[in-house]
Amino acid sequence: MALGNLDEIYRDDVILDHRRNPRNAARLKDADIAADGVNPFCGDEIHLQMRLDDGGRVAEVGFQGEGCSINQATGSMLSEAIKGLTLPQVEALSAKFHEMMQGPEPPDEMLTALGDLGSLSKVRDFPVRIKCALLAWSTLEDGVAAGRG
Amino acid sequence: MYDVQKIRKDFPILSRKVYDKPLVYLDNAATTQKPRQVIQALVDYYEGYNANVHRGVHALSQEATERYEEARGKVARFIGAESPDEIIWTRNASESLNLVAYTWAQENIREGDEIVVTPYEHHSNLVPWQKVARDKGASLRILPMREEDNSLDMERVDEFITPRTKLLAVVHMSNGIGIINPVEELARRARAVGATVLIDATQSAPHLPVDVQGLDCDFLTLSGHKMLGPTGIGALYGRREILERMEPFLRGGEMVLEVWYDRATWNDLPMKFEAGTPNIADAIGFGAAIDYLEAVGMENVRDHEIALTAHALEAFKELEEEIDVFGPRDPERRGAIISFHSDIVHPHDLGTFLDRDGIAVRTGHHCTMPLMRELGVIATARASCYLYNTEEEIDALVDSVKRALRYFSDGAG
Ligand SMILES: Cc1ncc(COP(=O)(O)O)c(C=O)c1O
Repeated sequence: MALGNLDEIYRDDVILDHRRNPRNAARLKDADIAADGVNPFCGDEIHLQMRLDDGGRVAEVGFQGEGCSINQATGSMLSEAIKGLTLPQVEALSAKFHEMMQGPEPPDEMLTALGDLGSLSKVRDFPVRIKCALLAWSTLEDGVAAGRG
Repeated sequence: MYDVQKIRKDFPILSRKVYDKPLVYLDNAATTQKPRQVIQALVDYYEGYNANVHRGVHALSQEATERYEEARGKVARFIGAESPDEIIWTRNASESLNLVAYTWAQENIREGDEIVVTPYEHHSNLVPWQKVARDKGASLRILPMREEDNSLDMERVDEFITPRTKLLAVVHMSNGIGIINPVEELARRARAVGATVLIDATQSAPHLPVDVQGLDCDFLTLSGHKMLGPTGIGALYGRREILERMEPFLRGGEMVLEVWYDRATWNDLPMKFEAGTPNIADAIGFGAAIDYLEAVGMENVRDHEIALTAHALEAFKELEEEIDVFGPRDPERRGAIISFHSDIVHPHDLGTFLDRDGIAVRTGHHCTMPLMRELGVIATARASCYLYNTEEEIDALVDSVKRALRYFSDGAG
């Protein structure tokens, strides 16, 4: 196992920025889709709300959570990344994120394409913490699946 | 004289390194390390006399049966049971608790009855009672906790333990924050109203002398892996009169006396509750763990851990501004479990930092989510000691926590 340096995840500018200034933190009222997730192992929480526009694209997002820095930073990044996407595109992005975290070593192009989210690939060097980055995404997927009915 | 260095030599794993740093193992409330003597007992069984028990006429089976039943006797003596028949082997404490919930409770809890628990219960001593309460139209009552030191509010016990109380099911030592509950007093009050008493001693029996007669309980649970034994073996103590009146739990081989096509009669205690081939090796290993603990002496284990707790609480005092330690300050009222929280760094981030220093602690809710809610946190970091831990290891922990606080205090956590 590659031994990750703590600074990789705790001193990374992008992760720090999301951690300190979480995006879309206000709770959305009248959301079309709302989902709450808890990590049963640690109790961390994520709450997501989405409003869709007439074309079925994510227009507004609300994200709140209680948890570690990785959990919180991921939620913030996710809330930005899914804006403007259709629900199938949201699911595709989630699949991509899972692949980055759990698939084979991700190529640079993939990380670049994922933008801020790409910085979370460093969590791969802390295997027990990968689940902290996945909670927001599984919550999102549950919300999308439930929203579809 | 308590020679902790000599004890450490019996635990091969304690000399290993983690990330090139000496392992500091402070996650004993989750599971404990195993001494060579326990590991050897497993090897001896598999290499020397592996056979099924209670079945064969051959030498190996007799030898295996003898050792296996001898281990049961050791558990019985360890907790002061009147007879080995009162010890039922299970997989772990959770199974012991479920056994009572699926048998005794199903037969005895009725509509309107109350089951009294504490806020400190491990999910294993709460979730089974939720089902019983739902199935039977009974209700769960939670004893109140005092905010000052997170201990039970004993002055209000009479509001909760009443003639409606049918079962008192309480944890002796909290795995979440280490507090030791006054279980003798609670048991006395429960007896006075005619209730049955179950004590979850999973966390206490490994660390202090526990005696079922002194506690005056009807049921008591143990998990081998929390007391130097192997995983996969636990025990339920039940008072003989109660066990004899109870229906079996799992049905099949070993637990029957005579079987016809349409019916069967039950074997005697304890086998009535032990269907199928049991976990022979690990029961024998559990027995070896008890031998080890008795050789050290449970009073000595307790004294050592009180000293460690005092040392740790003193050291954490320095960090009072940044860190909340839960539970009472008096080491006599708690086990060597230091559960703490800081607004500066989330417990997982802290746990990752400590891990890189070779220090193993648990972070999370410790299977006590309702307790975490009472404390107003989602998770804590928990350092839990055992007979082989040293003051130097506590110092290493505190030093690492201090560095972590500096590392994260710029808001990065
Ligand atoms: C107080 C207490 N009760 C019950 C349990 C459950 O034990 P097991 O997981 O071995 O079934 C634990 C384990 O953490 C515990 O600490």
